Amino acid sequence: MAEAAESVVGSKARAARTVLGQLVLPGEELLLPEQEDAEGPGGAGERPLLLNPGTRSRVRVVCGPGLRRCGDRMLVTKCGRLRHKEPSGGGGGVYWVDSQQKRYVPVKGDHVIGIVTAKSGDIFKVDVGGSEPASLSYLAFEGATKRNRPNVQVGDLIYGQFVVANKDMEPEMVCIDSCGRANGMGVIGQDGLLFKVTLGLIRKLLAPDCEIIQEVGKLYPLEIVFGMNGRIWVKAKTIQQTLILANILEACEHMTTDQRKQIFSRLAES
Amino acid sequence: MEWATQIESQMHTETGASAEAAGSRGLGCSLRHFACEQNLLSRPDGSASFLQGDTSVLAGVYGPAEVKVSKEIFNKATLEVLLRPKIGLPGVAEKSRERLIRNTCEAVVLGALHPRTSITVVLQVISDAGSLLACCLNAACMALVDAGVPMRALFCGITCALDDDGNLVLDPTVKQEKVARAILTFALDSVEQKLLMSTTKGLYSNAEFQQCLVAAQTASQHVFRFYRESLQRRYSKS
Repeated sequence: MAEAAESVVGSKARAARTVLGQLVLPGEELLLPEQEDAEGPGGAGERPLLLNPGTRSRVRVVCGPGLRRCGDRMLVTKCGRLRHKEPSGGGGGVYWVDSQQKRYVPVKGDHVIGIVTAKSGDIFKVDVGGSEPASLSYLAFEGATKRNRPNVQVGDLIYGQFVVANKDMEPEMVCIDSCGRANGMGVIGQDGLLFKVTLGLIRKLLAPDCEIIQEVGKLYPLEIVFGMNGRIWVKAKTIQQTLILANILEACEHMTTDQRKQIFSRLAES
Repeated sequence: MEWATQIESQMHTETGASAEAAGSRGLGCSLRHFACEQNLLSRPDGSASFLQGDTSVLAGVYGPAEVKVSKEIFNKATLEVLLRPKIGLPGVAEKSRERLIRNTCEAVVLGALHPRTSITVVLQVISDAGSLLACCLNAACMALVDAGVPMRALFCGITCALDDDGNLVLDPTVKQEKVARAILTFALDSVEQKLLMSTTKGLYSNAEFQQCLVAAQTASQHVFRFYRESLQRRYSKS
């Protein structure tokens, strides 16, 4: 009885390979492929004694969001689906947990939409939805010099990228790439609609093989900006079209492919 | 011991996920009917409502969010728990429960990953029909999971009552709590079923305490299994 209950709860470590795409819960332990033979079912009792355990072939594995290392073990810290990316070269690739959270935590290199909340001297404070506002220098815009300041007002929307983002420091944004070009970043123009969705939906929409964006693009001509912090800015020709697009994108999260296709075909007719 | 647990499900709203589990209540050694719904509030970062029999608690989690300078901790997140009673303002009893829940959450939340932030758990009692603290703990855990707060393990709350003859009742109702000689509430983690918190009221012997703890540990397996079913339902729609 006790054994049966234990296996259901999953207090026993499962092999990471076998739970890919499945739900993992905080506290679960995952076994990496090279640990499976040693600690797999039945192996624990009659494990051969290694004279020199240090020489066991080690594969480099990266723990992404939702996972942590504790010595040799890989532990889950967030609830979600386990994902794996095969490495391009050698090694074990990257494992991470795809969760549906709403709160954004700044990550270096992420492109986000922020709202300017304050102007103080040569720094703008930008609200990105994280635990503290990000700072943005007025020199971090294309073509900006000490003489030629960018035209940014409090309340403007900014599309930018994080250059500094770690748990101990204030996040810092820029609106230029490493060559000094805007590359699409900067102040987002007038009009349009900004709305918030879950972080999982943004990742889904920005995936390289996402059909939703292509289908939306066929519906109306539009301008759209996705921020990794869960914000979407959209602008179409009329306010009505903008609202329709915003509603479709919001609803996409809980629709199956068939349901979505149906709605798109109905909209295309009208 | 016979554990007949069957799982039924029903969808309450389009965005929320819900699942129900029914436990047979024959010998008084089983849990009442559970139900849980997550992500039902739009404003908080995570939310859950948890039902145990007729006891129901709604929880909302905000975080990791901005923190007041006076409450800022330089190397970890500030965890706050607010418990709102059904009627009136929170009093001493609520403050004491808040503290117990906060200490339990602090033991499992990996606060060091989000220093200088605040994680706020707001619990609203919707109806109290016994085992309120256990239900609050379960609601808090599900809401923390929904918010994506990094955690070392899951946790659950189990209440046991001992009557005058020394009979053990798990997850007691208000009526059973009133006639009980002692009421013991435990918080257990999901990895090793180790004790995270315990609070007791009344008279009991050391052996009885151990007996209750073992019963709670067995019952916790059912709660954790229910958590998994409930979360699976939420994630099956994406």
